Amino acid sequence: MMRLEKRPTPSRAWIAGAPVLAVFLTMVAGGIMFAALGQAPLEAIRTIFWDPLFSETFASYSRPQLLLKAGPLILIAIGLSLGFRAGIWNIGAEGQYIMGAICGAAFGLALYPSENPLIFPGMIVAGALGGWAWAMIPAVLRARFRTNEILVSLLLVYVAEAILASAATNWLRNPEGSGFPGSRNLSRHPGTDNPELIAGTGMHWGVVAAFIAVILGYILLNRHILGYQIKLAGQAPRAARFAGVNPGRLIFLCLGVSGALAGMAGLFEVAGPAGQISIDFNVGYGFTAIIVAFLGRLHPVGILFAGLLMALTYIGGELAQLMMGVPAPAIQAFQGMLLFFLLALDVLANYRIKWGREAAA
Amino acid sequence: MLIDPVTLIAALIGASTPILLAAIGELVVEKSGVLNLGVEGMMIIGAVFGFMVAVNTGSPTLGFIMGAVGGAGLSLIFGVLTQILLSNQVATGLALTLFGLGLAALLGEPYAGINPPLTGNLFPSTMADIPVVGPIFFSHDIIVYLSVLLVAAVWSVLTKTRAGLILRAVGESHDAAHALGYKVVRIRLMAIAFGGACAGLGGAYLSLVRVPSWTEGMTAGAGWIALALVVFASWKPWRALIGAYLFGGIAALQLRLQAAEVGVPVALLDASPYLITILVLVLISSDRTRAALNAPAALGKVFHASG
Repeated sequence: MMRLEKRPTPSRAWIAGAPVLAVFLTMVAGGIMFAALGQAPLEAIRTIFWDPLFSETFASYSRPQLLLKAGPLILIAIGLSLGFRAGIWNIGAEGQYIMGAICGAAFGLALYPSENPLIFPGMIVAGALGGWAWAMIPAVLRARFRTNEILVSLLLVYVAEAILASAATNWLRNPEGSGFPGSRNLSRHPGTDNPELIAGTGMHWGVVAAFIAVILGYILLNRHILGYQIKLAGQAPRAARFAGVNPGRLIFLCLGVSGALAGMAGLFEVAGPAGQISIDFNVGYGFTAIIVAFLGRLHPVGILFAGLLMALTYIGGELAQLMMGVPAPAIQAFQGMLLFFLLALDVLANYRIKWGREAAA
Repeated sequence: MLIDPVTLIAALIGASTPILLAAIGELVVEKSGVLNLGVEGMMIIGAVFGFMVAVNTGSPTLGFIMGAVGGAGLSLIFGVLTQILLSNQVATGLALTLFGLGLAALLGEPYAGINPPLTGNLFPSTMADIPVVGPIFFSHDIIVYLSVLLVAAVWSVLTKTRAGLILRAVGESHDAAHALGYKVVRIRLMAIAFGGACAGLGGAYLSLVRVPSWTEGMTAGAGWIALALVVFASWKPWRALIGAYLFGGIAALQLRLQAAEVGVPVALLDASPYLITILVLVLISSDRTRAALNAPAALGKVFHASG
C-alpha cells in the first residue's frame, strides 16, 4: 500500500527535477498517443523536439520561429505567475491579449498613413493599456464585490472574441480591402511595424520585452517588498493579513500587471508575425501561457525555459503535421498532458512516498 | 408579434439542458468540497465521444451513454491527481479543460460535417400539437425530462438521505468526516465521476441534439457558464434549474433578436450571455452573508489524512 508522508520542507531537488521528469513522461505518453494515431512514435517525438533545432533541412526556418513563438508565451506567463503565486487566478489572458492587440492596432490605424517613429511606442502603450483595462474588470469586481475572478476573467475572453469579430469585419476593417474582413496590414507599413531586429533570429520588440519582463519579474519577486507580499499572501493568507498586506492592492497589482503584459504581447503579435487584426489572429497563447507559468514553477527563469520548450512543441507540431500528417490538435492534447504530469509530480516535492502499512501509533 | 413567447419557452428549455446537466453535476462535486474547473473539458469530451458513438452505431441513446462515460473517465484523471496525488484543484481543473479541448479536437477531426442520427421526441406529435401546453411540456426529447428528474433526484438525495448528509459532511469538514470514519477520498472520487458523467451527457446533448454536428471548440464556454450557475444557485439544486432556464431564455432570445435584425450590434448580442453571467455573479457575490453561508466550507481545500 502506498502512502504519503509530508516533508517538513519542500524538496528542492524535486522542485527543480519534476519539470524535467514531466517532460520525459509526456514524451513517453505522447509517443503512445502517436502510436494510437497510427504514427511511428519515435519519429514523431524526434520531429517535434529535435528536427526544428538540428535538422539540416528545417532548422534554418524553424530556429527563428522559436523566439517568435516563445516571446508572447513568456511575456504573458511572467504576468500570470505573479497572480498564481498570490492565489489570484487570471485565466483570461487570451481576452487581455486580444483587447491589447485591438487597442494598440486602433491607435496605429487612427494615425494612418503617418510614418512618425513615435507611433509604434504609442501603440505599445495603447496595447498595454487595453490589456490592463480588460484585466481591471475582474480586479474591480473581485476587490469590490468579491466576485470570483477565475470565472469573470475567463468569460471576458468570449466577450473579447465578439469584439474582435466586430473590429475585424466592421470598424477596423481595411477600407481598401475590397470588403474582406481584416484590418490594414500593420507589419508592412513603416511606423506601425514590429520588425525583425536581427535578421534570421526571429528577434522582435516583443521578444525584447519578454526578456526585460523576466529580469524585472526576478527582481520584483526576490528583491522587492511587493514580491515578498505576493509570496506571503499565497502561502499564508492569514499571516499576510496580520503583516498588513493589503489584499485589494495585490489584486489590482497582479491582475493589472498580467493584463498589461498580455495586452503588449497581443500588440507585438498583430504588428509583427500576425501582421493585421483578423477574426482569428489569436492562436491561444493566453491559455498556453498558463501551462508555461506552471511548467516554469512560477519562477521567472523557469518560465523563460518553459516558454522556449512550449514554443518548440508548437513548431515541432507544425512540422509533424507537415511531414507526417499528425493532426494539428494532437499538439494541444500533448501540451495538456505535460501539465498533468507536472501537477502529478508536484506531490513528490511536498510529500515522501512510503510503501507498506503504517506502523501502529 | 416579433417573438412568440410559447416557442421561446419551448426553445429555452432545450437551450438550457446542456448547462443544466453540467451544473447539477458540478453542484454535487462542489458539495463534496471539490472545485473542478474542468467542466468545459469534460463537456467537450462528452460531446465528441457521444457524437462518434452515435454516428458509428446509429444509436443516439448509446451516444448519450458513452458521452457520459467519456466525461466521467476524463474527470477521474482530475480525481486521481487532486485526491490521491494532492495536486492544486484550480490548476488541475484548468489542465483538464486544456487537455480535453485538445483531445476532443483530435478525436473529432474526421467527424466534421457529418450529421448525427436524429433523437426523437418522447411524446407523440399529437400531444405536442396541443396549443400552448403542447410545445412547452410535450415537445422535447428524453434527455430534457431526464435533466429535470436528475435535479429532483440530486435535491432529494442531498437533503433527504443519509448518503447526502455524508456527502455534505465531507464537503463542510473533511477532517471531521474522516474522524467519523467516512472514506473522504472515495466519496469525493464518486462525486467527481458523477459530475464528469453529467458534464459529458450535457456535452453529448450539445453535439447530438442542439447543434447537431461536431465542430472544434463547440462548447464555447458552456462549461464555464455551468460553473457560474452553481455559484448563482448558491449550491441549491432547484435554483440551478431556475438559473439554467433563465440563462437559456437569454440565449434563445438573443438568437431571435439577431435573426430579427433589431438594430442592436451583433457583437453585443453575441457577448450578451457571457456579460449577463458576469452581472449575475456580481449580484450574487456582493451579498456577503448569503454567499458565505452557502458555499461548502472545505471547497477547494486539499485533504491529506495524517495518521
